[in-house]
Amino acid sequence: MSETVSHTQHRTWRRPPTIERPWLRYSLLAFTLIYLYFAVGSYDVNWSRVAEGMERGWKFVKAFANPDFVTRKTDLIEGMTESIIMTVTSTVVGILISIPIALGAASNLAPLPVYLFCRTIIAASRALHEIIVAILMVAIFGFGPLAGFITLSFATIGFLAKLLAEDIEAMDKTQAEAVKSTGASWAQWVNYAVQPQVMPRLIGLSVYRLDINFRESAILGLVGAGGIGATLNTAFDRYEFDTAAAIIITIIVIVMILEYSSSIIRGWVQ
Amino acid sequence: MATDVVSKPVWQRRTTSKQMLVWFGWLSAVAIFMSCWMYISNRTEWYFVYDAPRIAADIYDRATPPRWSYLDKIWKPLWDTLNVATIGTALSLIFAVPIAFMAARNTTPSVTFVRPLALLFIVTSRSVNSLIWALLLVSIIGPGILAGTIAIALRSIGFCAKLLYEAIEEIDVDQVEAITATGAKKSQIMSFGIVPQIMPAFAGITVFRWDINIRESTVLGLVGAGGIGLQLQGSLNTLAWPQVSLILLVIFVAVIFSEWVSAVVRRAII
Repeated sequence: MSETVSHTQHRTWRRPPTIERPWLRYSLLAFTLIYLYFAVGSYDVNWSRVAEGMERGWKFVKAFANPDFVTRKTDLIEGMTESIIMTVTSTVVGILISIPIALGAASNLAPLPVYLFCRTIIAASRALHEIIVAILMVAIFGFGPLAGFITLSFATIGFLAKLLAEDIEAMDKTQAEAVKSTGASWAQWVNYAVQPQVMPRLIGLSVYRLDINFRESAILGLVGAGGIGATLNTAFDRYEFDTAAAIIITIIVIVMILEYSSSIIRGWVQ
Repeated sequence: MATDVVSKPVWQRRTTSKQMLVWFGWLSAVAIFMSCWMYISNRTEWYFVYDAPRIAADIYDRATPPRWSYLDKIWKPLWDTLNVATIGTALSLIFAVPIAFMAARNTTPSVTFVRPLALLFIVTSRSVNSLIWALLLVSIIGPGILAGTIAIALRSIGFCAKLLYEAIEEIDVDQVEAITATGAKKSQIMSFGIVPQIMPAFAGITVFRWDINIRESTVLGLVGAGGIGLQLQGSLNTLAWPQVSLILLVIFVAVIFSEWVSAVVRRAII
């Protein structure tokens, strides 16, 4: 009797492990260690080249403190304008195309064949990185902002249609049923029952996507699809770090403005 | 008759002036869009665009069937790509966790000094695309997967830290208070009151970002930062379309696979 009491008294509390099953916990740990061993082993680093680069790295850090906006002013302004214009047009067109696709990709609205078709479009758009799409578009449509515009519109579809379709699937069924029971046609039903429920989310996602599209538009120039990326690439190739720093700072400032205004807009609609 | 009309006004959603304002808003939106479109149109060689269907068909003809024998040369770059994404994510978490704690309003050491600094770091890291970080690092430490890994890490720090600090700010205060009431030290409050609450969010963010990083690391090779993108660039430069289509196929499979893994893990956590 006294033995059991002392036994319980001396038991100290231990926090429960994050992964409860021990075999899973230990096999995951072993797997991670083995993977790390092989992964780190496969790195083939030229350390003298890295050491050499530290000086350039420091130069870049200093360039950030003293960016050069003036020398390549026309290229900078031109590239930024092009990036912004690509962003605006592709976001608008992307939204317009993704709305019908989102309706088709919502399982509670669309019949199965339409659903599968729209989901395929979304999956294709999401699986391919913007740069890869841009390479193909440049090959097909030639160099310039049109290729970038098409790329970003396509990328917008995958993002917006997927999230919007999920929102439509999660909508309140009673409202939809109420409108349907008045004898509304399908178009009226979508307009009066579905649209008001998902509108705040659509606006929020759209401004968020505008922000993403701008960030992506900055790299499309690397493959010739227009925007600031080409100027940036040239600046790095020539080791003109002060110009590169100026471009990156401009990008950061514009993204900050976009993020700030998008948070205000999302505050309005929600 | 006239009084009849007045006594039964037609229902309108908005007042006349408000209606005009909305109408004017739409008008200016369309005007902005059209002028942006004009800009793109002026910079496009429409001759090439009219030719696009033929070019697309031509590329498709050249690219099929994929050169399966090239697969032997792809395994190593694919392994590199996986490592860049995984090690990059792991590296970013090492920095993202302390930054997230510094940025969260309820755990930051100083709201006026440390928090804005952490937020600035997060926004800088997030605004700059990983391809731009890669460009920068390739020019500093030379081409190779080390540059790619660091680029992925730099971009991911902001992403992970942002989501993590939002999770920290949303924790249940009661649990923290309960731990505090037992007379726990600051470090004990952290480890028993806060960390267990954000653990699921942390794991979710990690696999989410890892999934994105797989997608991003497939294209880092385009700027010389190692991985399968290097092979893609080489094949594109030599116009070896059957190799390009094979690489795109491999990337597609890799991305679908990583999305599947991350979905499974997230379902296991939530």
